[in-house]
Amino acid sequence: MNFKSTIGFEVHFELKTKSKIFSPSPVSYGAEANTETNVIDWAMPGVLPYVNKDVYRLGIMVALATHAHVLPTTHFDRKNYYYPDSPKAYQITQFFQPLARDGYVEIEVHGKKKRIGIHEMHIEEDAGKNTHGTNGYSYVDLNRQGVPLLEVVSEPEIADPDEGYAYLEKLRKIVQFTGASDVKMEEGSMRVDTNISIRPAGQKELGTKVEMKNLNSFEHVRKSLAYEQKRQAQVLLSGGRVQLSTRRFDEATGKTVLERVKEGDADYRYFPEPDLAPDHISQKWIDEIAKTLPRTAEARYDDYVNKYGLKPYDADVLLQTKESSDFFDKAVAAGADPQLAANWMNTQVNGYLNDNRVTLADIKLTPEHLAAMIKLIKDGTISSKIAKKVFAETITKGTDPKKFVEAQGMVQLSDSSVLAPMVKEVVDNNPQSVEDFKNGKDRAIGYLVGQIMKQTKGKANPKMVNKLLNEELQSR
Amino acid sequence: MNYLKENIDSLNKKLANGELTADQLAQDTVNNIQETDKKLNAWITVKDEVKPGSDLDFAKSKLAGIPIAIKDNIITNGVKTTAASKILGNYMPVYDATVITKLKQARATFVGKTNMDEFAMGSSTEHSYFGVTHNPWNLAKVPGGSSGGSAVAVASGQVVAALGSDTGGSIRQPAAFNGIFGIKPTYGRVSRWGLIAFASSLDQIGVMSKRVKDSAEVLNVIAGSDDHDSTTSEREVPDFTKFIGQDVKGLRVAVPKEYMSEGVDSGVREVVQQQIDLLKENGAIINEVSLPLTKYVVPTYYIIASSEASSNLQRYDGIRYGYRAKDTKNLLDVYVKSRSEGFGPEVQRRIILGSFALSAGSYDKFFRQAAKVRTLICDEFDKVFAENDVVVGPTTTTPAFDIGSEISDPIKMYNNDILTISANLAGIPAASVPAGLVDGMPVGFQIMAKRFDEGSIFRTADFVERANKFYKQTPSGMED
Repeated sequence: MNFKSTIGFEVHFELKTKSKIFSPSPVSYGAEANTETNVIDWAMPGVLPYVNKDVYRLGIMVALATHAHVLPTTHFDRKNYYYPDSPKAYQITQFFQPLARDGYVEIEVHGKKKRIGIHEMHIEEDAGKNTHGTNGYSYVDLNRQGVPLLEVVSEPEIADPDEGYAYLEKLRKIVQFTGASDVKMEEGSMRVDTNISIRPAGQKELGTKVEMKNLNSFEHVRKSLAYEQKRQAQVLLSGGRVQLSTRRFDEATGKTVLERVKEGDADYRYFPEPDLAPDHISQKWIDEIAKTLPRTAEARYDDYVNKYGLKPYDADVLLQTKESSDFFDKAVAAGADPQLAANWMNTQVNGYLNDNRVTLADIKLTPEHLAAMIKLIKDGTISSKIAKKVFAETITKGTDPKKFVEAQGMVQLSDSSVLAPMVKEVVDNNPQSVEDFKNGKDRAIGYLVGQIMKQTKGKANPKMVNKLLNEELQSR
Repeated sequence: MNYLKENIDSLNKKLANGELTADQLAQDTVNNIQETDKKLNAWITVKDEVKPGSDLDFAKSKLAGIPIAIKDNIITNGVKTTAASKILGNYMPVYDATVITKLKQARATFVGKTNMDEFAMGSSTEHSYFGVTHNPWNLAKVPGGSSGGSAVAVASGQVVAALGSDTGGSIRQPAAFNGIFGIKPTYGRVSRWGLIAFASSLDQIGVMSKRVKDSAEVLNVIAGSDDHDSTTSEREVPDFTKFIGQDVKGLRVAVPKEYMSEGVDSGVREVVQQQIDLLKENGAIINEVSLPLTKYVVPTYYIIASSEASSNLQRYDGIRYGYRAKDTKNLLDVYVKSRSEGFGPEVQRRIILGSFALSAGSYDKFFRQAAKVRTLICDEFDKVFAENDVVVGPTTTTPAFDIGSEISDPIKMYNNDILTISANLAGIPAASVPAGLVDGMPVGFQIMAKRFDEGSIFRTADFVERANKFYKQTPSGMED
């Protein structure tokens, strides 16, 4: 029997705001427990939430980037539940009226393009974090309480694990290039829940769905979905029934494990949040935000390959992160030759980042520095050998390449009025080499070049020296 | 110090000319409260010592050095704030409500916190963990609620003015029962930051005082937009005292026939009719109108208020602050036992009602339906206010009832609020001004106006006050 899968995703992105969604507490990763909290985060009696409007701006950026329709009036609702990490015992989210609806993401799997619909995206607050000690006590850290999240809910239009993988990759790239979120799964700024049901081909109604929460890599998503497809098919083939349940993916075995069986949906007693007035989002504001929307990865790829003539591989490497693409674009804007800039980014710069386990934000090299250095190479001021020294200096100390080259006397000797007499002198002093040259032994030139380099301590422009030597030798 | 014959102007004059010092006034106030409160129980917390200081500028601030009573559901930094609940019985806040911050800037004096129905749920101040408050006109009668402590503190002369909160009539009904003035401003006029929430979309902090003008003085200080409360309005706050002393010529006064029906005690109706006649004699235009949705306000209110309350009170779970039950076995046990032991019966009743109204199967039948009726009620008022400046009638259907007489019948108690609830559902300002006595108990005359037109209320209420001079009467229960 053939089965058809129906897969849907709920992806949470932490929005990159300076402060929390409903309180002025700062947002940062890794602070000491409960240091980034205030009376609102603790839900002290009498406190009220207050919307950080920047959350709308970032959410609208993602909506625009996924072709979604932003609703003109947005209002929050309460989702009620008891849990120690939820200090108000309700989460402020959007249930009745989300931020945006009806978007899509275009994916390409095995050369075939497909649109995956986005049902809606809504804004909500994150909860705190519980940890359970070995001493019998549990601890609550509310630093994360109130961190803004954007939940992107796909339509259940994903047919198999490969499409699921492609959807997540694409969605992550889109969100990353808006700059609205850090999209780091390892730091929890991107979190993936998925659900999958299967049904016999030809059957109309969907099968019973199984939910998997907090998958921590795309690969795990793919593996767990593939496992579930097989598992659920076996259950159905053996005459069983798939249970409405939540399962988790076990990395060690590559299998999914039952966590809890749902008997029905929890009753969250949703109702409109009376502590917050509705906010109106004007078309004017949306238009303003659209103007600030950074270019998509797709548009940049197009530029890199078709306008700059980069190899697709180089373009892909540059587009791995928004930071590296931004860095490259700035270097080009500062006058760097695109191909040389791509070469330096993808080899020397990436090599340095990998070796030192740092990011572009941590190094002292700026796009302007890189552009300046590339210009020095291009106009022949420095050789590529010297350039490596300049690069090492700049990336570690932030020294301006031009000033460094001048201060160190590294400027290439390209002045023919200086080089020509030297060439003449070397040729005069080496009659044997002249003889060899006449007899067609090309390596004689290599020797003579070496002599000049020795005299100039490597600063002579090799091209120029070659040219002058050839002229001199021809004339003899 | 007893404030029965005082007002803010008279006190400000005495302080300014040195007849009184603020420290002395504060200490006298505390001493008087400690003495008189033995029979009234209007306070939950009374400070032992209060020192307003000697650097007060009486010319700059009318409220400088004036003791103001605060209902115990308004957060005061470093002063126990309980909402009259066991679950917050020892709760010590770490911040100030915006109204407190503003009163501090005006250098008002704080002597303590007043008694109330637990979490402001009730109409009699019998639902307090700290015991019943007694009506100074007759100690066997309830003071009304939920701001019963604040009302009694003013009516008995313990303070000159008090803050209360009004979700369905909690300022106006006790004001009526105690023969004082009480105003619930427009929803959004006064910040709710620091008001322990009962029903967020209905709650509003307001003022109670013996004299109408005193409430205008206090409202001047506490009103205005607040970054901490996004439901507050940016609208400019007028000087409310400028509406004091005006005439009522040309004032368009609507009298809903539903407010003067058989359901209202005949003695109450008579006192109210006298005020309407007085207004007419003095040039006001009286229009009989109809508010047919009045019969739906009580169920609509109890669905919305209880639903919001069930959610607002979830944070009292025994985990972070307040009462936690002992001998618990697991997390669920902590929640269930702490809440069962910490909340009183009326609060539990409303939590259950609200949780039910919001539950998946009931939301459309109850909450959504109530929200729709609420919109219709707003429309009904808008129509009346298109042709009228104020809507008037009785504040309550009867004068204060006997302590213990209604507490066992919640529906009867809920129906007491039928005349006050509409203003909360519509978000309009409303006040109660004393108009006379029936069988020795005060009767309140209610005045409502369109959103942000508290001015018309002050104008009308001040007229009624001047016509009756009710403030000259001393509560009979205070005479030894």
